[in-house]
Amino acid sequence: MDLTYTEEEEAFRAKLREWLGQVLPTLPPKPDPNDWPGRRTYDMGWQRRLYEAGYAGLHWPVDAGGQGATPTQHLIFLEETERAGAPYVGANFVGLLHAGPTIAAEGTAQQKQQWLPPILRGDEVWCQGFSEPDAGSDLAALRTKAVRDGDEYVITGFKIWTSHAEVADWCELLVRTEPSAPKHRGISWLAMPMDAPGVTIRPLRTLAGSTEFAEMFLDEVRVPVANRVGEENDGWRVTMVTLSFERGTAFVGEVVACRRTLTALAGEARKNGRWDDPALRRKLALLSAEFAALWRLTQWNVSESEATGGVPGIGGSVFKLRYSHARQELYDTAAEVLGAGALDLDHEWVLDRLSSLSYTIAAGTSQIQQNIIAERILGLPKGR
Amino acid sequence: MHFQLTDDQRALQQGMRELLAGRFDRDALRAAVERPGTLDRALWRELGEAGFFALRLPEDDGGVGLGAPEAVLLFEEAGRALLPGPLIATHLAAGVVKGAADGSVVVTQADGPLIEWYEAADAVAGEEITDGATVPVRSVDPLTPLHRLHEPAAAGDPLVGLFTAAEQLGSAARTTEMAVQYAGEREQFGAAIGSFQAVKHLCAQMLARTELARAAVYAAAVTGDLADIASAKLLADEAAVRCARDCLQVHGGMGFTWEADVHLHLKRAWVRKERWVSQGALTELLAELLVEVG
Repeated sequence: MDLTYTEEEEAFRAKLREWLGQVLPTLPPKPDPNDWPGRRTYDMGWQRRLYEAGYAGLHWPVDAGGQGATPTQHLIFLEETERAGAPYVGANFVGLLHAGPTIAAEGTAQQKQQWLPPILRGDEVWCQGFSEPDAGSDLAALRTKAVRDGDEYVITGFKIWTSHAEVADWCELLVRTEPSAPKHRGISWLAMPMDAPGVTIRPLRTLAGSTEFAEMFLDEVRVPVANRVGEENDGWRVTMVTLSFERGTAFVGEVVACRRTLTALAGEARKNGRWDDPALRRKLALLSAEFAALWRLTQWNVSESEATGGVPGIGGSVFKLRYSHARQELYDTAAEVLGAGALDLDHEWVLDRLSSLSYTIAAGTSQIQQNIIAERILGLPKGR
Repeated sequence: MHFQLTDDQRALQQGMRELLAGRFDRDALRAAVERPGTLDRALWRELGEAGFFALRLPEDDGGVGLGAPEAVLLFEEAGRALLPGPLIATHLAAGVVKGAADGSVVVTQADGPLIEWYEAADAVAGEEITDGATVPVRSVDPLTPLHRLHEPAAAGDPLVGLFTAAEQLGSAARTTEMAVQYAGEREQFGAAIGSFQAVKHLCAQMLARTELARAAVYAAAVTGDLADIASAKLLADEAAVRCARDCLQVHGGMGFTWEADVHLHLKRAWVRKERWVSQGALTELLAELLVEVG
């Protein structure tokens, strides 16, 4: 067990820090949170800078246009960019964390050539068309159908929770290609251009008031068969590759940020006098222990995937379960620190508190995570 | 960075698990419960021969020359097996109290207001305890005899906290396994109770608690940092107590019997939770550090 970084890893960190120190002051001002075209330009501008500096697709394999960095280097990258206050992945989230890795793992050489470089360069935005009104936790129950017509699929259906749909160029879409097959075996994965006729987007307003998600109506949208990644009806397996990426290192930067928020909460409580409450101090201390352990668990998971060469496994589900609850606890405690100030939407902690409510739902609810842990890790029998 | 067990560490862990499976199986555990206050001296010497106590002593001094991470793995195994005795005090006394290193002498040490195994031990490390300074306690844990001190001792070495956390981790992992095994075997309503989500989710939370505590305990062993040890102790205490409670719940009525082993884990976890620094003082320590960092 070794928590010290190698000379090579430290050199990587030093070079990255130096670059961040140079590039961050040159960034344009952050756009208004509700200005989606502005946010796209800003996020993609950051991706372009990463690309030019050789940090785009850091952990992607070299044959997919990535840098082939080790999981530890990727961890350092996420830690350092967060510490330096660099922009988040933003609109490029689906491209870099879902669609891109799926194409890299399952796509043909031609598909990789067509779609991966524009993601890495920050030229094209992807969104995700997975969930449907009647297919949430039971994603495989999805009903959006794709009927083959020559060398095209004709797609009709209704998707929901499509993130960044308003500004996306492409959608990674799950469709039913074989209605009579068992539900997991009749699904295909398609890349759909968002400007195709028949695609209608309606912004979905979340309880936080924001519109990063949308509903997407598909009315006889034509997509070339050549846009299918993986075999027809093998889309469920293809998708699972993507989802395990999501549970891997997606929250590294956020854990670093949460630990900083805890320190800020202590500082605020000292200022406004609530620090005198021993119950509050105890809560903050327990959160401090929890987030410190989540960081160690991340390092453990990264080292494990470095040793096995595999995608994040057991630790990913455990991390997701504990982190999502810890984050909600953190912002509930922030509200205690703020008192009446917790009702003021202009305070960033209040918005973060609202958005934290999605963490135990998105990317597999806590209940589904517990089923996964119980059945796949502990080997308990499947049931209802 | 490589935050995983090395092959040598795995072998050490496996070796101790096998030694304890052979020398301290369930029958031995239940026999120990029936003769409270008595230590198996032959087993103590075998532990000594296996390097349990001399593990961190330099090789030049007759020790094994390993460090806190390796010691943590051994204490984790001891916690899994519910191995009785003042293991940590004797381990820390190796090289200080003659005979501690090879297991020929049993050493205990006062810890705050309590001292474990006072009558059975051959020696007391640290401050001398005078006649009349202690009063026996009717211990809640049948496998940990306790005395109360009229004058509480100073808070011990942080290694007491670290190794206690490791024992708690081992216990949490074991009660998780016990719950999963029972949930897979016990049938009600015509199905294994482990197929019901209400039971499944208890088990999943047990694993999550244990694995998070594992990351904290192992990291604290590597860094030796006081804040890391404090965090690890809090998480491991919570994991051991909570997992034992959930394991008891999964066992239903059986869990409330003397015959089931669950209560032995819960009671020992309660004893270990009181060791080193109180929970309140640990949280105050971490709270103060948050302010200092800010």
